[in-house]
Amino acid sequence: MTERTESQVLETNEYGFVEDPRYKQCEKEAWYGIILGIVNLVIWAVAGYGLGSGPVEEYSYIMGFPAWFFISCIANSVFAVVATIYLVTRKMRDMPLDPMTKEEAEEFVRNGGKAR
Amino acid sequence: MSTIQWSTLLPIVCYFALMYFIGFYALKLVNNASLRKGGSGAAYMEEYMTGGRGTGGFVLAMTLVATYLSAGSFIGGPGTAYTHGLAWVFLAMSQIPTGYYTLMVLGKKFAIVSRKTGANSISDFLRARYESNAVLIIASLSIIFFLIAAMAAQLIGASRLLQGSTGLDYTTALIFFAITVVVHTAVGGFRGVVLNDTLQGVVMTVSTAALFIAIVMKGGGIANIVQAMKAINPGMISPYGVKEGFMTVPWVSSFWVLVGFAIIGLPAVAQRAMSYKSSKSLHSGIIYGTIVSLVLLMGMHLAGAFGVTQVSGIASGDLVIPTLITNLFNPVVAGIILAGPLAAVMSTVDSQLLVVVAAIVNDLLVNYIKPELKANFKKLRTITIATCCIVGLIIVALAFDPPELMVWLNLFATAGQLSTFLWPTILGLYWKGANAPGAIAGMVSGIGTYLYFNYYLPRPLGLHPIVPSLALSLLAFVVVAKMTKKPSEKVIRLFWEL
Repeated sequence: MTERTESQVLETNEYGFVEDPRYKQCEKEAWYGIILGIVNLVIWAVAGYGLGSGPVEEYSYIMGFPAWFFISCIANSVFAVVATIYLVTRKMRDMPLDPMTKEEAEEFVRNGGKAR
Repeated sequence: MSTIQWSTLLPIVCYFALMYFIGFYALKLVNNASLRKGGSGAAYMEEYMTGGRGTGGFVLAMTLVATYLSAGSFIGGPGTAYTHGLAWVFLAMSQIPTGYYTLMVLGKKFAIVSRKTGANSISDFLRARYESNAVLIIASLSIIFFLIAAMAAQLIGASRLLQGSTGLDYTTALIFFAITVVVHTAVGGFRGVVLNDTLQGVVMTVSTAALFIAIVMKGGGIANIVQAMKAINPGMISPYGVKEGFMTVPWVSSFWVLVGFAIIGLPAVAQRAMSYKSSKSLHSGIIYGTIVSLVLLMGMHLAGAFGVTQVSGIASGDLVIPTLITNLFNPVVAGIILAGPLAAVMSTVDSQLLVVVAAIVNDLLVNYIKPELKANFKKLRTITIATCCIVGLIIVALAFDPPELMVWLNLFATAGQLSTFLWPTILGLYWKGANAPGAIAGMVSGIGTYLYFNYYLPRPLGLHPIVPSLALSLLAFVVVAKMTKKPSEKVIRLFWEL
């Protein structure tokens, strides 16, 4: 880590300027949101239509709710909250939001994309 | 219903009085803050429109959720769940991502870019990114038309609710409600709106919890209620609802786009993503927002669906929630609980009003007509507050006697905003190749195909029309952007350079 020279710390892009180093992490975090959204959608669809499509007489129940509803809506919501807490505390990173100087940016990259 | 229920009205009046107080308190904050920053018009605009970018986590979550959840989630949605049962709750839960999705996807990059460009609104962002008058004018007009229609519809909903539950006549209810919203927005700006939204978010949560618990207790527990729903009609507990061919799989799934993934395109919602103070406030905002939005969505829709077992035969969907509340609680408590749905409407309308005022004053007036206003704090303040009142008068006039055009526009209000703003915002933020001709092609084809589908093909491929029109809009955007000139290097540097 320490033998890196300055020019390697901040990479230039195809336009020949140094790109804001925070954006890589920002883009990752955006993907977390999209992926979590898709997972919620899949659970919703599979549980809802998978368990709810049979005849109503044959439904099983969890805590009084039909199982399809309990899993697709209630358990799925609990999952969304747990996953959000996990992503926010473990995967998302603190960073300054104001424009950075070159020194601050280098510091930011050296710390592996964490705020000081 | 002709006599006024004073015991129900009184708590609501007290609640409204508090809104005024917060508005004027925020006015003082905005004034002090803009004077500290040199008293220029530009400083005032930043304070008025984004609260000086000082929103903390809990407040961010509350204002986002309260802005997003409107009469639709508190009055219309539960009313429909009353008719269609658990299937409609299932549909409404396509909004599971509400709390985290916008804040994660626009995320910190949106906050960083809006600080780099000094953007106070989604239009400011689009102006900086696309450098195009055409993009800005389409955006501003879309905001003005669609949001005015949406606000008028919300006012109608709230006034009917007040009328139905307190016995006030419609006109009095409308004027009473509208003045409260317009005054607190006009004087308090974003800060006032955000503070009020926070209070309203809390009121909404308490009201939802009280209503839900009361209904479950009265019905003898969830299991009993669900079996009673099944006895009324087995369709009430199936994901396909009670009406054959209405809640089909592709149509219901489309709501994941309409009210789930695409809500980033709502300017009032996106505005929240540029106002927070730090990445810490964003992080806690995401967690609170997810929890609160899920409790509110689930609680209100289940209350509507369960309500059918307790009060049967409510004819109009909009009357389900007020009828349940007045039937289940004594008049004073009913007044307090009713503050929840009223808060949902107010917190949506105030934010939308602010976006419309921004479109008129900030985007059109200051940029095209009178740029010298940027230097003059007092004059700009007068104009901003006056615009707010005038727009308020227009929506009251529309709600007073809804013209046919208004009803028509409101049908398209949400989808219209999504078609206009979704792709220009997302692609502008993440794709260097996004340019003005692409954005225009995307906006025009989005709105155009949506109108076309609505008239000629109401369920294309079984889907809600928003899905194919957003897909076509994306296609048009990307194809046109690839064929035309790249955005200027100046813009790319402004957005992407360190």
